[in-house]
Amino acid sequence: MKFSEYFIIRPPHASPRFKTAFWLWFTLCLISTNAKALTDVQPIRIGITPVIVHEQYELLNQWRSYLQNKLGVPVEFVSRDNYLETINLLKQRKLDFAWIADFPYVYLEHYHLVRLLVTPIYQGRPFYRAYLIVPSSDLLTRSLIELNGKVFAYVEFDSFSGYLIPRYQLQQAGIDSSKFFRKTFFTLSHRKVIEAVAHGLADGGMVDSFVWDALSKIHKDISDNTRIVAKSQEFGFPPIVAGSLVSRKKFSDMQRVLMEMTKDPEGIQLLKQLQLDKFGPPLPELYLDVKRIMIDFEDL
Amino acid sequence: MKRIFDLSFCHKIPLWGSMLILITVLTVSTSLIKEAYDILQDDLIIDAEKMSQSLIEHVFPAMLHDDTWRIFEIIRAPIDYQKKNSTSSLKLSTLLVIDNGLAVVACAYPKSAPLLTDMRLISEEYARLADFITTAGGDSTRKFIPPHAKHIFFTTPIIKENLHLGTLIIAYPEDVFWPRFTQILRHGLLAGSLLLCFLLPLNWYWGRRMAIPLVQLTERMGEMGKEWPESLNYTAYGHNDELGRLFEAYNQMLHERKTSDALASQIVQSERLAAVGQLAAGIAHEINNPLSGMLTAIDTLKCHGDLSPKSLKTIMLIERGLGHIKDTVGALLVEAKLKNRHLTPQDIADVLTLITPMADKKALHLAWQTSLNSEISLPSTFVRQIMINLLLNAIQAAEQQGDVAFAIEICEQRLKITVENSGKMLTNEQISHLFEPFSPLSEGGHGLGLWVTYQIVHQLGGSIVADRASSDHMRFALDLPLGIQS
Repeated sequence: MKFSEYFIIRPPHASPRFKTAFWLWFTLCLISTNAKALTDVQPIRIGITPVIVHEQYELLNQWRSYLQNKLGVPVEFVSRDNYLETINLLKQRKLDFAWIADFPYVYLEHYHLVRLLVTPIYQGRPFYRAYLIVPSSDLLTRSLIELNGKVFAYVEFDSFSGYLIPRYQLQQAGIDSSKFFRKTFFTLSHRKVIEAVAHGLADGGMVDSFVWDALSKIHKDISDNTRIVAKSQEFGFPPIVAGSLVSRKKFSDMQRVLMEMTKDPEGIQLLKQLQLDKFGPPLPELYLDVKRIMIDFEDL
Repeated sequence: MKRIFDLSFCHKIPLWGSMLILITVLTVSTSLIKEAYDILQDDLIIDAEKMSQSLIEHVFPAMLHDDTWRIFEIIRAPIDYQKKNSTSSLKLSTLLVIDNGLAVVACAYPKSAPLLTDMRLISEEYARLADFITTAGGDSTRKFIPPHAKHIFFTTPIIKENLHLGTLIIAYPEDVFWPRFTQILRHGLLAGSLLLCFLLPLNWYWGRRMAIPLVQLTERMGEMGKEWPESLNYTAYGHNDELGRLFEAYNQMLHERKTSDALASQIVQSERLAAVGQLAAGIAHEINNPLSGMLTAIDTLKCHGDLSPKSLKTIMLIERGLGHIKDTVGALLVEAKLKNRHLTPQDIADVLTLITPMADKKALHLAWQTSLNSEISLPSTFVRQIMINLLLNAIQAAEQQGDVAFAIEICEQRLKITVENSGKMLTNEQISHLFEPFSPLSEGGHGLGLWVTYQIVHQLGGSIVADRASSDHMRFALDLPLGIQS
């Protein structure tokens, strides 16, 4: 028996109709194997937290398409309503990148679970503040201290500006935050704190300046029902981080694509919709103040 | 009220019809609107129950976790939906969750009921509602409307497996039905108006169509005692129902009454003329005897006397005059059978000669038309007398410088004579007594002329008619068959 007779696939001796069916089956098998190989390319998973107005689904979809085109690999956004879930996903290595708040970043970076990828530049600077807001009908309140015995809305346990800062400010004033307010509740997002204050459900709340400013442009009817009483010092803008196991190439590709968004009209348009100037290089020193406060609160 | 019932059918039938239509439409509309109102009330209860049960499913776990924001989001959702969908049927006022101590856990409009506020302090009606909640108990949705309240409340206990966390309150504005109700009312009124717009004119048309023939019938019946009314026009009501048959019966009755009346008056006239005829015959007999003597004497004179031509002409004239008298007397005597010569064109010319002087006296315009050019078989004496009588009558009736027209012709074996004159017109009453002897209408005569004329015409088998030729011309038209010899 010749060698070729062992290795050449030949259809069984059968009718012409059966031969046609055999070749058709063989071709389909080849195609499906190839397709399986294509789908095996793992998408890049990016976690999104309420640091931005994450209900802008259409914008996120456009951004996802943009990144996918630039990177040449599928991109998936993973939106979660609270930081804790995103932190857990990062811990479980289920996310490649994530846009997270200062608190989760400092926490995860402390345990070397993430690396700083880019720092968003907002109004020309890589900073944001915490705004103390009250209902616009409240014309008297001038500081957090005056909200004694009132209802206060927090963002969530792992929010820096929406939970840690107000408690830190009260601590600085020598006040026990757990007894200061008559009632507190969590809304799980900065936007919802703004809504709670706007509706009058809460007498006050503290939110990310970026979210408030963004909302004042896309939902002026909500932000107009609130009044900014005080603005905190500047803190490093919530960064985009990479999981510690992300490859060097993936890290540098993503960093380059984000930082070069200002170089094409589509990227500029997306940045404009995100209310950002651009994505700048990583600046870890910006988050030292946050780290210090967290250490004070024994969160690290 | 009596005045309304005394109204003409012309108004009464359409009015009653309109009133019945209005009452029917109003009754049906009111009943439908009442039904719609009841359905709305039922809808509200069902709406509130369904919403309460659905909301409590989510509110209960949120309350367990003291998740104020979540509770707010849940009870705010229907309000936001309502704001986005202006067409949503029943407008909500607010939703409220209270705990077992009646403190506000969340309100869809937090400014109106801030967190942790005792609900009794929100307003008077909420204080009453608080009393209702504490006394009501149970685990189902209950409706509560406090007196003089601005809201209708539905309360549902937030309870699962005997764990009672609080109460969900849904408040609707007191006039919650009003927008839907006014919409239904508007549609009802529109439909009712359209129906009325169609039915009322139809009723009016139909009512009048029924009433007008009745009114016409009534008017004619009313006239019947005074004068003969006109017949009813069948086109006014063209159906063969009771009303149509009533029309037919009326017309038949009218016709019979007219015929019988005409017959009666003909009998009366005949009797009158017969009585007069007897009198005239008596007188005629008395005249006939001396007249015969006179005619015999003239004959004798003509045979024996040498008379000068002038005397002879006079005697001949007397003889013709006496002959005329004889003929006239003969005319009065129905049985008189005088031999008579045929009518010639010369007789017509004689008549013209005789009446011309009289016509000239009144400067009348005399129109004379004759187509007679040969002798015809009619007694000349009678026809001459008829012509003279009619023309004298016309000349007498015509005003100064008026018109008199005379026409004589043969047409279809009948002699037709027409005499017209301008002047005073006769009434129908006068025309009906015109041919009676010694008529009071006769001015300056005995009133025998037309009577004699009438008698002669009848004896000759003809007819005579007096009528108005125009608004200012009277006309006598007579018609005699040829070949009759009296």
